[in-house]
Amino acid sequence: MGKRSNEPFLWLLFSAGGVVAALAIPIQLFLFGLAFPLGWLKAPGYDSLLALASHPLARLYLFVLCMLSLFHWAHRFRYTLYDGLQIKHLNELINTFCYGGAIVGSIVAGYLLWRFP
Amino acid sequence: MADQIALEVTRFHPGQDTKPRSQTYEVPLRKDWVVLDALNYVKDKVDGSLTFRWSCRMGVCGSCGMMVNGEPKLTCATFLTDYAPGPVRVEPLKNFPVLRDLIVDISDFLVKLTKSKPWLIRNKEKPLTDGEYLQTPEQLDTYKQFSMCINCLLCYAACPVYGLDPLFSGPAAIALAQRYNADSRDEGASERLDILSHSDGIWGCTFVGDCTEVCPKHVDPAGAIQQYKLTAAKEWVKSMLMPWGGR
Amino acid sequence: MAAPTEYVPRTYRAGMSTYWWLGRRPYLKFILRESSSVAVAWFVILTLLQVRALKQGADRYAVFQAWLANPIVIIVNVIALFFVVFHAVTWFNLAPKAMAVRLGGKRVPNILIAGPNFVAWIVVSAVLAWFILR
Repeated sequence: MGKRSNEPFLWLLFSAGGVVAALAIPIQLFLFGLAFPLGWLKAPGYDSLLALASHPLARLYLFVLCMLSLFHWAHRFRYTLYDGLQIKHLNELINTFCYGGAIVGSIVAGYLLWRFP
Repeated sequence: MADQIALEVTRFHPGQDTKPRSQTYEVPLRKDWVVLDALNYVKDKVDGSLTFRWSCRMGVCGSCGMMVNGEPKLTCATFLTDYAPGPVRVEPLKNFPVLRDLIVDISDFLVKLTKSKPWLIRNKEKPLTDGEYLQTPEQLDTYKQFSMCINCLLCYAACPVYGLDPLFSGPAAIALAQRYNADSRDEGASERLDILSHSDGIWGCTFVGDCTEVCPKHVDPAGAIQQYKLTAAKEWVKSMLMPWGGR
Repeated sequence: MAAPTEYVPRTYRAGMSTYWWLGRRPYLKFILRESSSVAVAWFVILTLLQVRALKQGADRYAVFQAWLANPIVIIVNVIALFFVVFHAVTWFNLAPKAMAVRLGGKRVPNILIAGPNFVAWIVVSAVLAWFILR
């Protein structure tokens, strides 16, 4: 079926990523990026955060969140580059950069989250 | 209220002009006049060489679509008074080649429309003696919205993806494919899916959503395309899970 | 020598400006919505750096926390937060368009699909905050 082969797959990843990103990212970014550094809320201590992040389910959650968010980014950013900058002729380079970036990012996430001290 | 309004009309004479130019006409500003009335006034009383397309004057035929102050509009349903004190800028529909003045070449759309097979497809027609294909009001309701399309092409003029990539099937052609897919009498969904699940088809759409905003018939092509993507994705998952199944 | 004949086209085709997305409000909203993906990627990088610092020990984690308090990083995070919230709101609002849910022969109104999305957003945010702040 030629050209139609992977677009549905990439779109499903994009959509799944869009859902988890919309549900989970705002609160986490608010807490870790603003509320804790600015002292609006008391940040959890190192030990309790380490214990939380060490839990296998928390690591699985973080991996899925990172991976899907990255594929969401890849798909959207690819079309933003196509349309916003009108550089569709560079599409092989863009695809490699976007989806390659998402794959590399997912591998890094998997590596970081696989084992905890 | 001023009794005149300035109409800035785009003129282009093929074979003479290298690019369009603008010409301003003063027209009477009447409460019951739409932009199309003003254009007809110019054509009849001021400058007979002004060229534009129109027919029904009542938002049904879909031939008088133009850009009014940068927005795709049916000129028969766009009142001059909404733009007072003016000027009102009237240009040909965006994203299409201009043939002359306000007339654009829509052949590209007609090719695409045909490709999406906007007619009832049956695997096997039942004999006439069996009577008509019956449909409940609910079944009618599933596709009725999409069937309101009058091919006025305001959605194509609003679509930046079509402007950037003329290979893209575009809003109306996909919405009309969806209109037949959703029709209980139709059996051609998989034929259409094969055509529209190409990257030039539904996947080119980035859901800007402006097609739906400008549609004078509330067809919601943007919604139709996203629903189509969901269907195509479901079909893809099915074909992955059951590769032997076929469609 | 005769003057060269000027080329006069039979039709005129206007190209799209590079800055077409500034031309209309819906286009601007679209490009902002699509740009939110960069903020999403930034959040992933931030999270992975945080995990790495966490694994490297308390000292390195403290250094990372200090870096997060850097005014430039704060400003970047304020912008990123704006974009991810914008992403969430637009995503939940557009979801009903892609899902034509029909119940009892009638299309379920958009608000009945978008509404639960926002409720889910609040619930998920509360649960995550509870786990983190506990």
